[in-house]
Amino acid sequence: MAELKVTLCGIAMDNPIIPASGCFGYGYEFAELYDINCLGSFSFKGTTKDPRFGNPTPRIAECTAGMINAVGLQNPGVEKVISEELPKLKKCFHKPVMANVSGFSVEDYAYTCEKLDKEEQVGWLEVNVSCPNVHGGGMSFGTSPEAAAEVTRAVKAVTKKPIIIKLSPNVTDIVSIAKACEEAGADGISLINTLLGMRIDLRRKAPVIANKMGGFSGSAIFPVAVRMVYQVAHAVKIPVVGMGGVTTAEDVLELMMAGATAVEVGAANLVNPYASRDIVADLPRAMEKYGIQNLSDIIGIA
Amino acid sequence: MKQGLFRIIENKHLPDTVMQMRLEGDTSAITAPGQFVNILLEGKFLRRPISVCDCEGDVLTLLYKIVGGGTEQMCGMQVGETLDILTGLGNGYDLSMAGDRPLFIGGGVGVPPMYMPAKKLIAEGKDVTVILGFNTAKEVFYKDEFEALGAKVYVTTVDGSEGIKGFVTDAMMEIDYTYFYTCGPEPMLKAVWRASATQGQFSFEERMGCGFGACMGCSCKTLTGYKRICKEGPVMKKEEILWQN
Repeated sequence: MAELKVTLCGIAMDNPIIPASGCFGYGYEFAELYDINCLGSFSFKGTTKDPRFGNPTPRIAECTAGMINAVGLQNPGVEKVISEELPKLKKCFHKPVMANVSGFSVEDYAYTCEKLDKEEQVGWLEVNVSCPNVHGGGMSFGTSPEAAAEVTRAVKAVTKKPIIIKLSPNVTDIVSIAKACEEAGADGISLINTLLGMRIDLRRKAPVIANKMGGFSGSAIFPVAVRMVYQVAHAVKIPVVGMGGVTTAEDVLELMMAGATAVEVGAANLVNPYASRDIVADLPRAMEKYGIQNLSDIIGIA
Repeated sequence: MKQGLFRIIENKHLPDTVMQMRLEGDTSAITAPGQFVNILLEGKFLRRPISVCDCEGDVLTLLYKIVGGGTEQMCGMQVGETLDILTGLGNGYDLSMAGDRPLFIGGGVGVPPMYMPAKKLIAEGKDVTVILGFNTAKEVFYKDEFEALGAKVYVTTVDGSEGIKGFVTDAMMEIDYTYFYTCGPEPMLKAVWRASATQGQFSFEERMGCGFGACMGCSCKTLTGYKRICKEGPVMKKEEILWQN
């Protein structure tokens, strides 16, 4: 009997599969399609202090084996997430959820995290210091060890729940940033956010995306994710949540062998709305194929 | 929304670069005219959203213009091949407001989604008028099909090579209508919005990620709040539209 259970920052999960933030809304859209309680958890749409419309459209560009998005953190703001989205979610998801938070200043991050930390449904806070699609925030906090550590300290000071810092791959030394977050008190690291990319429309002779550049995701980025999860998992003692182009149960095993305790599934959900459910259902077969009885045995084994 | 495999039963050329594809499969998720489907193509990452032209029993009719790699690939597909399609996407047109003399205004690739609602309203005994707008005569398609439904059809061409010379709004002036439904390029929609004498519904296009409301890739601002073109749209009522440019 395949054992899919893992423990992430002290919280037991039925399986390590977590739909990634921005690819799963606030969950209830997918709950119309299948019982989302089959998932380990999910990370809800990136939430900020104030409501945001995000960037102008077009926000999406097709790529070989992937896509670029420049949504720009569209969300109704933390007050409405708590008063409207979480009650809707409560009806269809009965496990601890991962609250994804973004901000434009250290104070923003602390404010939003403090609010969400008090919500019973929230298991972990995933602090996104890596959004490539907003100016004056997001990724600028995740590209220097000092800034990432400052956000981590500020959030830790006002919360009780596990804090997972979500890092950007758009850096020269991911290990130094991960270590700085660990030293600042982070309970976990998740990576990778999207890679900064760009497409040009040959007919219009202009960028496809209104914001010009955006975050590249999808199966094409998987090898980058494996590499960075491996580097970070070998350098820190706190758990690592791996993501980036995960599409199959085999991808999950690979990221776990690289050092991930849990695995997020992003863009795959947008192409196949059942992708996360299908991966959970397919894991026992993939485990048997590779002689794995217990998933937690393979974390960082490679 | 439903995910299903559809078998191609026809894939033929219409005038210019427009194709008609008919497919067989489970169409039960298609609940309103004006909805769209999202098609997975081999080797392409994102699905291709295409508006529903008609849906009758288990047969789905899609008209598409060959504009890029995805639609070129569709053009090369043979009868008997299957496609993975998400169906029943978007809100579709609300036909309850049509009145006795509804007007349908389609421009270019905005023509196909006019067919199914026009057909339904004709079946209800409404006096349906259709304006089909194109650049030039060689682009004109589906005029005969709308006439076969029993609609009164006006064609407009920008260069005057067929029908009324000018834009769809030039034809609108001559028609007495109770309500309208439209789809086409955004400059046309805006012109229709300005020229229209009644309330109506507009179908919008946007580059989409998922097509079912998850990614926020196709959001727009309206007078009644932020909407996702793929989920709360693609159809918006005249009174809620907020033109951005």
